[in-house]
Amino acid sequence: MTQLTREEAQALIQEVLEVYPEKAKKDRAKHLMVNDKTLESSKKCITSNRKSLPGVMTMRGCAYAGSKGVVWGPIKDMISISHGPIGCGQYSRAGRRAYYVGTTGVDTFGDMCFTSDFQEKDIVFGGDKKLAKLIEEIEMLFPLNKGISVQSECPIGLIGDDIEAVSKKMAAQIDKPVVPVRCEGFRGVSQSLGHHIANDSVRDWILPRYDSKKLESTPYDVAILGDYNIGGDAWASRILLEEMGLRVVAQWSGDGTLAEMENTPSVKINLLHCYRSMNYIARHMEEKFGIPWLEYNFFGPTKIAESLRAIAAHFDDRIKEGAERVIEKYTPMMNAVIAKYKPRLQGKKVLLYVGGLRPRHVVGAYEDLGMEVVGTGYEFAHNDDYDRTIKEMKDATLIYDDATGYELEKFVEATKPDLIGSGIKEKYVFHKMGVPFRQMHSWDYSGPYHGYDGFAIFARDMDMTVNNPCWKMLVPPWRKQAAEELKKAA
Amino acid sequence: MAKLRQCAIYGKGGIGKSTTTQNLVSALAEAGKKVMIVGCDPKADSTRLILHSKAQTTVMHLAAEAGSVEDLELEDVMAIGFGGVKCVESGGPEPGVGCAGRGVITAINFLEEEGAYDEDLDFVFYDVLGDVVCGGFAMPIRENKAQEIYIVVSGEMMAMYAANNIAKGIVKYANSGGVRLAGLICNSRKVDREDELITALAERLGTQMIHFVPRDNVVQHAEIRRMTVIEYDPKAKQADEYRALARKIIDNKKFVIPTPLEMEELEDLLMEFGIMEAEDESIVGKTAAEEACAA
Repeated sequence: MTQLTREEAQALIQEVLEVYPEKAKKDRAKHLMVNDKTLESSKKCITSNRKSLPGVMTMRGCAYAGSKGVVWGPIKDMISISHGPIGCGQYSRAGRRAYYVGTTGVDTFGDMCFTSDFQEKDIVFGGDKKLAKLIEEIEMLFPLNKGISVQSECPIGLIGDDIEAVSKKMAAQIDKPVVPVRCEGFRGVSQSLGHHIANDSVRDWILPRYDSKKLESTPYDVAILGDYNIGGDAWASRILLEEMGLRVVAQWSGDGTLAEMENTPSVKINLLHCYRSMNYIARHMEEKFGIPWLEYNFFGPTKIAESLRAIAAHFDDRIKEGAERVIEKYTPMMNAVIAKYKPRLQGKKVLLYVGGLRPRHVVGAYEDLGMEVVGTGYEFAHNDDYDRTIKEMKDATLIYDDATGYELEKFVEATKPDLIGSGIKEKYVFHKMGVPFRQMHSWDYSGPYHGYDGFAIFARDMDMTVNNPCWKMLVPPWRKQAAEELKKAA
Repeated sequence: MAKLRQCAIYGKGGIGKSTTTQNLVSALAEAGKKVMIVGCDPKADSTRLILHSKAQTTVMHLAAEAGSVEDLELEDVMAIGFGGVKCVESGGPEPGVGCAGRGVITAINFLEEEGAYDEDLDFVFYDVLGDVVCGGFAMPIRENKAQEIYIVVSGEMMAMYAANNIAKGIVKYANSGGVRLAGLICNSRKVDREDELITALAERLGTQMIHFVPRDNVVQHAEIRRMTVIEYDPKAKQADEYRALARKIIDNKKFVIPTPLEMEELEDLLMEFGIMEAEDESIVGKTAAEEACAA
């Protein structure tokens, strides 16, 4: 069976909406659509970046998650303080598999948890003195840190602690940047606002430190923005850029450093992978320093080749030739991967539900393997993401914004995908429904998936999940009798 | 033994809540009642006249020193003053930092858990910060806490506005928790026809002016000595006023859900008593210069 027709998909949405109370139905209807490639803008057919409804199972995170977990956390030589009670810091510690090189606790701090561990008395009397003390202690115990960011948890905004004043004072005292980030979890509707707030804090507290004399730049300098090095993604990406003759001077923020961020305004172009989480800073650098930016996609050989050529188009012939050389070099390897896995995956259906980029970016990689994406959706995308998604997806594909647990289950029941790609919160529900599942936030502790090297791993992982023999061996209780009878008959 | 009565005193900032409460409590103690005062204001000035001290060491300060509120014992935070009155101050941060409301919540929870409201007590009085700015300062009137609220008021316009606003807050908690307005205490500022005015306001609110406390310099004389009038000069006429207030509160049976006034009704009332001029629409938004020009 191929994907649903437009009519079937629309009927499915209607059926799913049926169980909601009137008000919720009206709201959710705006977040569900059937793709129409002819549309110029997504505005008329889908609403996004709105508050989730109470009572539904939303998969979203909070502004703190967006700032601390995504943007600031991976900067390996800075220390992120989770400012507030212990839980936010502890549960967000080392959760995102942003790989890095360095000695943890000495010159890199990625997997560690720093928190002001608020107690009742800190709420009542304020936490500013404690924060200052904490920064002093950090400086004493971890002198090789390059700077500190203060990630606000909810109570900081409620009691109005003046973290800016403390940050300024302590920055002068330790002679390193101390960045206050107002990413209280109750702000905004999802982690998306946290990305924006974090970008703004980089703009206000880090980029002003740019010193054009500090770094000798070349005409081939670029920066990678919005690659968090999940499972080593950024490493698999930068080797391609380097092989084609470019010099990658900064990675934001996977395996990234403070110095790289400070030096970024010297680049010729900013290369933007995750548009949703870092378009703000790319736009700022365009405005302030006149640096152009370009979105690219390093999932699957088709998109990689397209992206390498698009990047090369911004440079001279040397780079253009370099891009062709890189594509040519890896094509036989990619052909071998496709020859091996495509026959095993051809025609398999995938249903995606991820964060703010991958619901559209990984489609090409699946298509390279002959697979078909029958439904896709974002936790926290905005309409500019959906504008891009409409172009990327086939006609009549289901598209859902901030999908609820119930909706996802119904969509899976109706479309019967061979594979679901989503996150840890969804994983076990679908395992229990007997559907093969891959985590598309963490790569299920595998990776990298970016770049040519990543595609080989991606293809292998999808194959071993979809074609895993375990699914045939599981007999649910309600089918046990039939299975036994079948056995006897045999 | 009679059931413990928990009362909260509210009113505009500076109206004399703490002074009135402490004099009232002294009179109750003198009449043989067992009373506790819980100060719910970070300024911590609700017990100084009872204890003859500048400011009692507060629950929150002791908790901050000890590490957490769980590390405290009841005897650490409770002091006994004039007439055996038990005194506790919740305490809180200096102005501009932290969360004073949370301090009140923490302190009251601590007192409950530690059994401060023992069976011998007849009365608990909560002396609360002037404006109920957040949930923390409404803590004393939530379910199972204060059941009676007395609003200290005077014949000044802003004090009456504040009283009406507090009545609005009481309505909310009256429906959810059973708290009732028990009366207005008029702390006189020597405004013309003040007792009539407050009596009229009380009627509109559905309550009573439980007592009119006249202005008397002896209150200030006693305060300078960090004493209540009852203790400083028991023979003073003013001491009898506080005794009368105490007696009325002991006998009080009139507990109501208030009927707060709309802003216009309140203004009409004020105009009736000549405290406010009738509004002249033609002068709204006119600067002095513009008015001079027009004239």
